[in-house]
Amino acid sequence: MALLEVKDLNVHYGMIHALKDVSFHVEKGEIVALIGANGAGKTTTLHTVTGLIEASAGSIIYKDQDVTKLPGHKLVPLGMAHVPEGRRVFADMTVLQNLKLGAYTRKNKAEIEESLENVYKRFPRLKERKNQVAGTLSGGEQQMLAMGRALMSKPEIILMDEPSMGLSPILVNEIFDIIKEVNKSGTTVLLVEQNARKALSIADRAYVLETGRVVLDGDAKELMNNEQIRKAYLGE
Amino acid sequence: MSFLNYLINGLSLGSIYAIIALGYTMVYGIAKMLNFAHGDFIMVGSYIIFTIVSTLGLPPGVGLLVAIILCTLLGITTEKVAYKPLRHAGSPLAVLITAIGVSYLLENVALLIFGADTKAFSSMISWSGVSLAGGRLKIQGFTLVSIIVGILILIFLQLFINKTKSGQAMLAVAEDKGAASLMGINVNKTITLTFAIGSALAAVAGALMCTAYPSLTPYTGAMPGIKAFVAAVLGGIGSIPGAMIGGLVLGVIEILGKTYISSQLSDAIVFGILIIVLLVKPTGILGKKIQEKV
Repeated sequence: MALLEVKDLNVHYGMIHALKDVSFHVEKGEIVALIGANGAGKTTTLHTVTGLIEASAGSIIYKDQDVTKLPGHKLVPLGMAHVPEGRRVFADMTVLQNLKLGAYTRKNKAEIEESLENVYKRFPRLKERKNQVAGTLSGGEQQMLAMGRALMSKPEIILMDEPSMGLSPILVNEIFDIIKEVNKSGTTVLLVEQNARKALSIADRAYVLETGRVVLDGDAKELMNNEQIRKAYLGE
Repeated sequence: MSFLNYLINGLSLGSIYAIIALGYTMVYGIAKMLNFAHGDFIMVGSYIIFTIVSTLGLPPGVGLLVAIILCTLLGITTEKVAYKPLRHAGSPLAVLITAIGVSYLLENVALLIFGADTKAFSSMISWSGVSLAGGRLKIQGFTLVSIIVGILILIFLQLFINKTKSGQAMLAVAEDKGAASLMGINVNKTITLTFAIGSALAAVAGALMCTAYPSLTPYTGAMPGIKAFVAAVLGGIGSIPGAMIGGLVLGVIEILGKTYISSQLSDAIVFGILIIVLLVKPTGILGKKIQEKV
């Protein structure tokens, strides 16, 4: 049984049919990428999975439990974390306060402290700036903070929305290296990216979304060599 | 010495405004709505105290405690029944108009139960005050009590917001409801908690207000409510220290204006300040710049 299974998901924004029968699954330990152009429905898919948007039809099964109708905040204690598009760090709060909010649903103080040390180890810059207000961090640092904050909930699966957005190529490489490391240490990753080349280079499998539909899916390496993909998404 | 006396009286009135303004500003900061019924919670709290102390003859402490509890429950209920269903309504005007409706409802229910005649409110504070500088500077007990209560509430709120998990959740919800929910924060519960705190503060303000001006009618809360709103805007709506500063400044201006300019014009001065703030610095003294989203 897949860790996360999305079946025939449909979403409407008023009259607009944003997702049409989107189905995909994520197995434990995988990195799965959702790629596609702007407006293809990638972010909508993630938002629906984490309960920020309501589905009009279809089902979302997480750890054998139907979570389609579950309010978003109840998914966090079940081990699902979401790094939203545009980071959405709490700009008026300090780095440390942001990280502690990541562990909001956890009770054991010693374990939270341990997670904090792990996050600091992975992102030494966050430790240096722990008392700095998050709004004053650079884009790359905010991305690290958003990822660190998500890791503070000790997730089994982490959903990442456009982690490369607005970052320099060097930082993009750094962020993707960290995603790979996070995955190696046992966290499943569902990655949404416009930077298809980068996403396919670290993913195990990928789904291609076009105007709200899954049009192609398969092994990431194979997709990378697919003629259609090379033309449409890799700019060749 | 008389100037100092007026200043202290102003700070005392200002503390009451500040306590009311704190409720306004917290609810605005977190639920992004102006609860125009907030002033009427003061009136409800005062009638509860009046009933318990003057009618039933129980001690003022009991009255205050019951008023805080009942106002908190009223705040939670109002939010659930009247505001929450409109939270996702297309226009923020819907909930604003509902708040005005709740205000009228509370005033008229009070009118129905207690009648239109003015009730004489017996003082909550028996302490006669202190006399300084050889009797030239007399400070009444309730003047000092309201200043002290105002400071204690500010300290309590600052500690609550910065040191507790629920307080941090409030800040997170104030900034970004979606991101807060991704942290596992129950946004609805956090908004309810904010209403509960704001309403409890209104009950405290009611007790102080009616001790300072011991005449109680169904419209007692309306004017202080609106003035506290001015105080919240003056300090920077959404900011807790801002509400405190705004309240104190407004109280001092009102008392000094009454004394040195004209007692009839004092309200005009207060609302004139609102107009000037909105024209010159709409974000208030401590308010944040409104960031344009790119």
